[in-house]
Amino acid sequence: MIMHSIRRLIKKKFKINYIFRQWEWILIILIIIVNAINAQISPYYLNAEGLLDATMVFLDKGFAVLAMAFVIILGDIDISVASIMALSSVVMAVAYSAGVSMVASILAGLLTGTLCGFFNGILISRFKELSSIIVTLSTMSIYRGIAYVILGDKSVGNFPSWFSYFAWGYIGKTHIPFILVVFIFCAIAFGILLHRTTFGRKVYATGNNFEASLYSGVPVEKIKMIVFTLMGLMSAVSAIFLTSRLGSSRPNIALGYELEIIAIVVLGGVSTRGGVWQNSWGKPFAFPDGFYKIWNGIKKYSRSSYDDYYWFAFDYSFNYPQHIEQNDKKEKRDK
Amino acid sequence: MEKISILRNMYLNLKISKFKGIGLVFFILLLSIIIGLRNPNYLTVGNIRDMLLDTTILAIMALGMMLVIVTRGIDLSVASVLALSGMLVGLFVEKYQWAPASVTIFIGLAIGSFCGAITGFIVAKGKVMPIIATLGMMNVYRGLTFVISGGRWVNAHQMPESFKQMTRTSIFGIDFLIFIAILVYIVFYYFIYYTRTGRQIYAVGSNPEAAHITGINIDYILQLVYTLMGSLSGLAGVLWVSRYASAQSDTAMGLEMSVIAACVLGGVKITGGSGEVYGVLLGSILIGIINNALPLVRISPFWKLALQGVIILVAVIINAIIQKKVER
Repeated sequence: MIMHSIRRLIKKKFKINYIFRQWEWILIILIIIVNAINAQISPYYLNAEGLLDATMVFLDKGFAVLAMAFVIILGDIDISVASIMALSSVVMAVAYSAGVSMVASILAGLLTGTLCGFFNGILISRFKELSSIIVTLSTMSIYRGIAYVILGDKSVGNFPSWFSYFAWGYIGKTHIPFILVVFIFCAIAFGILLHRTTFGRKVYATGNNFEASLYSGVPVEKIKMIVFTLMGLMSAVSAIFLTSRLGSSRPNIALGYELEIIAIVVLGGVSTRGGVWQNSWGKPFAFPDGFYKIWNGIKKYSRSSYDDYYWFAFDYSFNYPQHIEQNDKKEKRDK
Repeated sequence: MEKISILRNMYLNLKISKFKGIGLVFFILLLSIIIGLRNPNYLTVGNIRDMLLDTTILAIMALGMMLVIVTRGIDLSVASVLALSGMLVGLFVEKYQWAPASVTIFIGLAIGSFCGAITGFIVAKGKVMPIIATLGMMNVYRGLTFVISGGRWVNAHQMPESFKQMTRTSIFGIDFLIFIAILVYIVFYYFIYYTRTGRQIYAVGSNPEAAHITGINIDYILQLVYTLMGSLSGLAGVLWVSRYASAQSDTAMGLEMSVIAACVLGGVKITGGSGEVYGVLLGSILIGIINNALPLVRISPFWKLALQGVIILVAVIINAIIQKKVER
């Protein structure tokens, strides 16, 4: 009897259809394909150190992605993330150059991001007629505008040397990037928050059916406020890693990141209709995009394969401007 | 309070309670008065004409974007299609100097329709989410522009005089650009409100399942909508290159956000199924005013972006409040 039920359970759980119908498999297959092609193109691609190093370049977006998943599950959208990143980065840099200690500057940056997100949240939950897209579209201009007002067309850098550890440091003597560890930690924390707490369940409920959740006593406005504030905070975290990677701050950093971040979340299987995220843990959703970018990066250095794949217009589009630039530089050097 | 009740009575008397743009009209007038007080040059015929000329391209594209958003989609590739068609037309007139200017418009429309049809095919038949598909195509078209042009510009002196004069002539006493915009708006007004296909677009947007059961071919409608959007972007590309007399690879970077902003300001719901032609027109005009007026009242360029955001935010909030008061 017991054996029978176990067998049934196993059958149900491991039905091939059930497993392979999940979206994540497509992502994993995509990652494998992209990596296989990369390895074909460049003999230097497939070593563990290189791959680990590669994560440093694109993971700064990942933190904003985690919170953006919450926003999109709510059925909302936040286009102002990139501007929040720019503003909190600028505030951090300006505070440091004004003589505040680096730790306090980082805290100021985090606070700025949180306040920006909080402001979005207030507007969206107070004026229910306004869709989140129009509110964040206007705050997108406002936040980046404030960054321009503060810093003009200048850039501020000269951070203390330990600050670059955030983006470029390794854990101890191993070859594991610090940012990767922090990201995995954050991803697990957000996974728990979304799937194992009442707050996460309420986020799903609100996204699925706003009215029904309202009448069944879910504090929908409060949840929207919290989620948007969280979004601001995580954008600021992204900003810290980004600033650390760039080594300086300008008002026009992270330009156009909002579309990439939303695209990563949607690629990860979150429906823009709200309330849906097919299933759970440990999503590699930030990765296909990132590896895709590195693929382009590597192709830049191997000229022959570049010609072989020129028909693949999709990545051409990313690659070509830089390619021209590099060729120009090379020609100048040759002369 | 009294003023609001008078406003409400007026509103009811005029029997335009379905006119959702009333708050937006109010805000546009308010903004115009404020700017007019700061700089008297603003309310001159010449300046208003300039402003309209700058707004037409945005207004034409916002119309197509409205249809896309009504079907619950979004098209981020519009600015890239504009750049691609502009660049191709620029290269065309550079090579064939003798070609009559009117031909370029049809070339632009054809290129745009082709680009839009590809995007539409990916969305309709490939069932890819519009935001992902168009984000990808945005990069494809922008990349193609770089590939075709090799990163160089087509400058004013390389273009024939007839092509540059195209957008500087006037037809029946109306400027060419404004004439084209009016023409496009009339055609689309008729198409959206008085043809079966036009109504089907709204049906698909407000309830796809019901539309499918009623026998509407959803794939066809989606394909159509993205193709129309593409053709309008292509047209805008020709007008842009002719007006600014230079075709560059990075033409109109980031214009898609302005286009979407114009739509959303005009009351087009991002969740699909609702959106009116006059709303889009008002939204585009408001964006045009903001872009035109801020330099006129001598605002530092560093403040411009922040003020633009504040004005858009205040506009939507005032619109929401007025509409709430009026409907009650």
